[in-house]
Amino acid sequence: MTTCLRRLAAPAFALAALSIFLLAPDAAFAADKHNSGDTAWIVTATALVLFMTLPGLALFYGGLVKSRNVLSVLMHCIAVACLMSVLWLIVGYSLAFSNGGGLDSYVGGFSKMLLHGIGKETLSGSIPEAVFFSFQMTFAVITPALMIGAYVERIKFSAVLWISALWLVVVYAPVTHWVWSEGGWLFKMGVMDFAGGLVVHATAGISSLVIVKALGSRHGFPNDVSPPHNPGMVATGACMLWVGWFGFNGGSALAANGSAGMALTVTHIAAATASLVWMALEWRAYGKPSLVGLVTGTIAGLATITPASGFVGPLGALIIGVAAGFVCYKMVQVVKSAWKLDDSLDVFAVHGVGGSLGTILVAFLCTPTFGGFGLPEGATVGSALGVQATGLIATVAWSAIATLVIVKIVGGITGGLRVDEDEELEGLDITQHGETAYRLD
Amino acid sequence: MKFVMAIIKPHKLDSVREALGAAGVEGMTASEVKGYGRQRGQTEIYRGAEYQVHFLPKVKIEVAVPDDKVADVVEAIKTGANTGKIGDGKIFVYDLNSAVRIRTGETDNDAL
Repeated sequence: MTTCLRRLAAPAFALAALSIFLLAPDAAFAADKHNSGDTAWIVTATALVLFMTLPGLALFYGGLVKSRNVLSVLMHCIAVACLMSVLWLIVGYSLAFSNGGGLDSYVGGFSKMLLHGIGKETLSGSIPEAVFFSFQMTFAVITPALMIGAYVERIKFSAVLWISALWLVVVYAPVTHWVWSEGGWLFKMGVMDFAGGLVVHATAGISSLVIVKALGSRHGFPNDVSPPHNPGMVATGACMLWVGWFGFNGGSALAANGSAGMALTVTHIAAATASLVWMALEWRAYGKPSLVGLVTGTIAGLATITPASGFVGPLGALIIGVAAGFVCYKMVQVVKSAWKLDDSLDVFAVHGVGGSLGTILVAFLCTPTFGGFGLPEGATVGSALGVQATGLIATVAWSAIATLVIVKIVGGITGGLRVDEDEELEGLDITQHGETAYRLD
Repeated sequence: MKFVMAIIKPHKLDSVREALGAAGVEGMTASEVKGYGRQRGQTEIYRGAEYQVHFLPKVKIEVAVPDDKVADVVEAIKTGANTGKIGDGKIFVYDLNSAVRIRTGETDNDAL
């Protein structure tokens, strides 16, 4: 994503672009010509990324919970997807990708609310802005949906909707603006986040911990909670996420080009490597390699390569895969055993840690030494590392603080975030939604 | 008449059915149930966390037999369900007061 936008800032027309930018903030891309190849690929990628949530993530998470809660998890994923889509149209996209005037370093403005002024002919780079809007919408859908894994099996459905809605506006849209909008302060520092290590995985990961802290653990945690009710469903969902991730990372090139092709390649290599590492670690520790472990490694590898995917080569992908397998595997146990936090489906350990790890590693692995495609212009490994760390710290701090406020507010609105204990024990499917997943008669 | 109820490992159902057939048993009822004995459930590990599964899937089989067949039937179940490992299950024998075949109205030994 950054490479594409940065291409626009080539010295040749930097001045001209700047003057257009000042006069008509959102016309800066109008100088580009439409490219049907790029458009075709991003339309495809948009579908792939939506497929990650619907039904990939829904099945991945649904299989990991008790059978009496599986429908509530599917419900969370699909309802959040719907709500985020509508909010993205109303205000999210504008806050993320329009010019914020005096506050442009930190947040966009309201000029693109309801896609105001954007028609079929409006371009964003070489693709129609409607396509760019939709592609970004699928990211805005999956990011709050990732957090569902932290709070399953005990949260009120109303709290899910409120938290996700406020979070999209207060956390996701501004951080997206910092990193991916050309006015954003991290963008201007040259932060490397190809497809959302910061924007998606770090924000969702740390916010998950904050929600869990406010919400409390599931009944019986840590010693007496039920195992995943359907590992086969978990694997099905994970594999859909894997395929969809080709659109997530490959699409973030915002063009049908070599960058997209390489992003897709390194994404796959990192996922495969991390899967094998996780499997091997489990095999050694417990004597049996498990399916759930294997595919958890897949997701860890995918999350970790995400920020780096347009900047590193295959060697970097192998290194990231190995690092993701080891570090995320270890962190799952740290969160549950040492911190005693019931981040139920390991959102922080897999996504938060993975996204953060990739964000830091890319400063080294993008260098030609590791077969990468080079540091940002004028940067050294040291300076790039500084920028990446700044981006990570700022993203984590803002996400944590804002989420803390959000859960306080939502707790007030919904009269507590949790269902009562009887409802939790009976299961959210029947008590919250009036439905039963498996009827064996 | 006796009523034989046995709890066995689910994957041994077929070999028990064959053994009972060979012993002259012409009908039985099987149900999927959950339970534990001295085996005390089992431990499953997901993402490094140990989950104690207290109730394991088992199959309950029920057979009504004339008194003179009880020893053979118990022996058939014992042979068919045996793996030699913990969790093979148990066999219980009850006295049976009466039996009726619904279609014909036959009673007791004629109904078995």
